[in-house]
Amino acid sequence: MSGAEYQVILFDSVNAALLAEKLLKREGIPFKVIPVPRHLSSDCGVCIRIPAHERERAKHSLAKGVHIQGIHAL
Amino acid sequence: MHPENIVYFDNAATSWPKPQETMDAMYLFAAHTGANPGRSGHSLSVQAAREVMDTREALAELLCVQDMLRIIFTRNATESLNLVFKGLLHKGDHVITSSMEHNSVMRPLRGLESQGVKLSVVQCAPTGELDPGDIRAAIMRGTRMIVLTHASNVTGTLMPVSEVGSIAREHGIVFCVDAAQTAGSVPIDVQSMNIDILVFTGHKALFGPQGTGGLYLGPGLEHELTPLVMGGTGSLSEFEKQPDFLPDKYESGTPNAMGLAGLGAGVRFLQRQGLASVRAREEELKEQLIEGLRNIRGVHVYGPKDMARSIANVSFTMESTSPSEVTLALDEFYGIMSRPGLHCAPSAHRTIGTFPGGTVRFSLGYFNTSDQVSYALQAVSDLCAGTLEKRSWKSR
Repeated sequence: MSGAEYQVILFDSVNAALLAEKLLKREGIPFKVIPVPRHLSSDCGVCIRIPAHERERAKHSLAKGVHIQGIHAL
Repeated sequence: MHPENIVYFDNAATSWPKPQETMDAMYLFAAHTGANPGRSGHSLSVQAAREVMDTREALAELLCVQDMLRIIFTRNATESLNLVFKGLLHKGDHVITSSMEHNSVMRPLRGLESQGVKLSVVQCAPTGELDPGDIRAAIMRGTRMIVLTHASNVTGTLMPVSEVGSIAREHGIVFCVDAAQTAGSVPIDVQSMNIDILVFTGHKALFGPQGTGGLYLGPGLEHELTPLVMGGTGSLSEFEKQPDFLPDKYESGTPNAMGLAGLGAGVRFLQRQGLASVRAREEELKEQLIEGLRNIRGVHVYGPKDMARSIANVSFTMESTSPSEVTLALDEFYGIMSRPGLHCAPSAHRTIGTFPGGTVRFSLGYFNTSDQVSYALQAVSDLCAGTLEKRSWKSR
């Protein structure tokens, strides 16, 4: 599977990432919680990986509840 | 003593027994999750953080908090109150509180008073009741905060939180409510009650274990409240500066994740029962207890006459016997656990007229029964009549 199929969403903290997890679950958007890729941030926490085509829907459903630090292609 | 022989009337200090779910959740955490929440990317660490987050979510629902990241965990209400007072009040600030407060409020405020914070303690009635007008009258230039217990740990008297909340909002004063006695037994809505900061503990009516507690911090206050403890949060690890976002700003160091898993299960248990049914059961038991105590000659009961204006903490004295002797006899002869003395609230006892001798406190909980209340009433009656005999709840 090529990396371009996925995007990762970075948050301020693990707490924020897990809040995002709850919001995505509520919307039925598929995701996986993964360690933050080293090339994106030196932080030791986790981020959320989503299928690239879900980017806009995910961004929209998270906008109300949690601060997004950035969204990057994997 | 076998637990089944105990009648436990000290729920205002620590609730006991706990729901099976609380104990199961802690066991499962210890046995299967165990890792450090949010400190690594591995799946056990994420699962541990998830369980802590689930507890945050349950509490946010219970307290009508929109943003669950505004629920901050601490060890207990005392730590939360210290964080709030020491992080928000500065020399020259004025703070108003009531004469019914616990030492968890009084001691840190008296400590700050010696550092230049001005303190007004509004006198309550001998029933423990507060006239909101007296709070309004105490407001002056420089009043930064009003701190009020939601209910007295001594008499159970409920405070007019909504009314005081409106007054605080009207004047732009931070309103901090100590809900140690009520979170889990009285409905709380931080929005409609205009509460800026709500302090709670896990080990009382929320059915969590000791060592769990926290607070709700209202919007914007995170820019003004200095952390009490700084350190590792698992976030922004490349910087030596404390993070400025919630809840990390105030949650340094590894939390009591196992305890918080238990607290979450306790809150979910409460939600399944429904707060209204919990409160109704406690009301019924309290009415039975107060009616019974009032009918025993030589017993004096404190607190509001109108029982709807209190929670299930009942303070009484006996003419013939001191509170500590009563508590000892109830324990030794009947297996009843009560609490004598000043209940860490000397100011409250001065207010109701029982300082320095104190009272005996029976604090009822959801797991007490009407039969237990009848048994305790008989015990108090025996004690008054001087006809003590060794009994046990189980073989009564």
